[in-house]
Amino acid sequence: MRLDWIRKDHLGGALTVLIGALAAGIGRSYDFGSLNDMGAGFFPVTLGVIMMLCGTTIFAVATITPAPNSAAKARMPEWRGWACIIAGLFAFILLGHYGGLVPATVGVVVISALGDRRNNLVQSLLLAAAIVVCCIVVFHWALHVEFPLFAWDA
Amino acid sequence: MWHSLHDLWFGFGVAFQPQNLLWSLFGVVVGNLIGVLPGMGALTAISMLLPLTYSLHPIPAILMLAGIFYGGQYGGAIGAILLNLPSHPPHAVTCLDGYPMTRQGKGGTALGITMIASFFAASFGIVVMIFASPLLVRIAFKFGPPEIAAIMLLGLLAGSTLSRGSPIKGVAMTALGLLIGCVGTDVNSGVRRFAFGITELSDKIEIVALAMGLFGVADFLININRLDHVGSKIRMSFRDMQPSRAELKQSMMPILRGTLVGTLFGAMPGTGPTITTFIAYALERKLSKTPERFGHGAIEGVAAPEASTHSKTQIDFIPTMSLGIPGDAVMALLLGALLIHGIQPGPQLITEHADLFWGLVASFWVGNVILVVLNVPLIGVWVRLLSVPFRLMFPAALFFIAIGVYTTNNSLFEIYEVIAFGVLGAVLLMLDFPIAPILLGFVLGPMIEENFRRSLVISHGDLQVFLSRPISLGFVCASALLIAAQLFFGIRAVIRKQRTAQEFLSLPPLHNVPDVE
Repeated sequence: MRLDWIRKDHLGGALTVLIGALAAGIGRSYDFGSLNDMGAGFFPVTLGVIMMLCGTTIFAVATITPAPNSAAKARMPEWRGWACIIAGLFAFILLGHYGGLVPATVGVVVISALGDRRNNLVQSLLLAAAIVVCCIVVFHWALHVEFPLFAWDA
Repeated sequence: MWHSLHDLWFGFGVAFQPQNLLWSLFGVVVGNLIGVLPGMGALTAISMLLPLTYSLHPIPAILMLAGIFYGGQYGGAIGAILLNLPSHPPHAVTCLDGYPMTRQGKGGTALGITMIASFFAASFGIVVMIFASPLLVRIAFKFGPPEIAAIMLLGLLAGSTLSRGSPIKGVAMTALGLLIGCVGTDVNSGVRRFAFGITELSDKIEIVALAMGLFGVADFLININRLDHVGSKIRMSFRDMQPSRAELKQSMMPILRGTLVGTLFGAMPGTGPTITTFIAYALERKLSKTPERFGHGAIEGVAAPEASTHSKTQIDFIPTMSLGIPGDAVMALLLGALLIHGIQPGPQLITEHADLFWGLVASFWVGNVILVVLNVPLIGVWVRLLSVPFRLMFPAALFFIAIGVYTTNNSLFEIYEVIAFGVLGAVLLMLDFPIAPILLGFVLGPMIEENFRRSLVISHGDLQVFLSRPISLGFVCASALLIAAQLFFGIRAVIRKQRTAQEFLSLPPLHNVPDVE
């Protein structure tokens, strides 16, 4: 699926309006106050409204200008890369919590490396091994980061 | 004036203290190293190393971060010239003529000229900084809350509309940044805003997490499986870098003009370095007797933009330190670092933290000398580093991001923030939004809210307070002018059914421009 430029700005405008509306909506639950005595809600609501205005303008401009022939086609995200990078970071959190620094390091490096089509498992593991060594030397020994290397019992 | 020189002397004393010198050296080396790596810019370098400085004294910490910054900037020029890969956006312009020079076998000369240009421009910028800062401080002491709120408004508007891409999208992103700055406990009322019952969010969003998400993870998400590794078989030694006498003569005036362009724009809060390099380049081409050489390896096209960005960034430190108004995302991050160390930027900074300010000024010069000395023997190493493939680099960088964010609070929660901002940043980049204004808004948000609120408390809710005081009136008028000009150009562009930015400066289309500003 390819999205042309005009669709991209429609999406962008809509996203901006959505974020603005959410912010203003949630912001309304805080005290708005008055100019003399601004409450906690004053800024969020104002900013939300500004974002909604901007988003509407982006959407409108995209509608009234014709699409430039070939400029800036939207691309779909690289699903494999995205999944692996995000999963890698989640792995760091989970393994860091239940296993310690070394498993967490291996997790983030191996999983995210596999997101690149040119990396295979062996290369990823080798890279992880190199980084674990660097991690122990730099962060554990030199900088004394408070993160146990292994924490199976946690 | 004598006073400034005396203070500077004192500053050199601070900068030459062994500990400070060591951290400055470390910053320059690491910044240069990271800047050379493809796809990693000064912003990524600073956000990754910011947590390291938490345990340091504020002075070495800020000296180190500044060192990373200009080291990274110089390192980025190497990638831009030799591989056509600008990892820091201002270098996109350097690519236009730098890469053709490499293909003609004159890449070394281009790097040599870059080094000369940046050293000259930075030195010039430092001198301006020395003499202009005390003047600015005198004015800055007249600033009350209305003036600060007004100049911040101007800075935010300039930052969001004068960078690359659509101005209206820039404004939207600035507003988003300000909103992200609202997250956490409101200092005035104690209300928890946008915390959704999560304890960790009742503090603030962690600036390191925001920066690494937006400028690290988002960048990797965009580039994965897309950034093809351009193998470099270039070998380079210092001898290749020495420009001939004719080339030196040819680039002398462009360096001077570029420096002046940078100086002029450095004084304006909010104008990013990218626009400065564009203007320096456009000016050179306009003045040249042979404009057709530009884009095909004209040495002026490397010298002028590089000089402009280096003088611009030096001068940028003045509004950042003395008014608390950063010129671009990198400055915003440095400002954040100052705040983390409990140093409030503002007119008082130069007097209250004289050791920090003048030490920093002196260390700029020391750092730039280190940079030149360092690159003479190490250029061969940097060139070899350019061949580190992206596929091996980003997993390592992700690990450094994860551990770096962890060390900010010794908690894993902030990594969730990194993931969230990474995805948000990548989606916004794919939709052609500029993301640098988010960081600018985030850093300035709490300050602008505070000063706006205070101004209105002073005036009992009368908005005219911003118009009745001469300095703030000036800033409000400038902001109005800026909006009017943007509206005019925007509407004219819509009518002409063209995209403004590139037409406006009539530059050849840019390739490989990184999406991160």
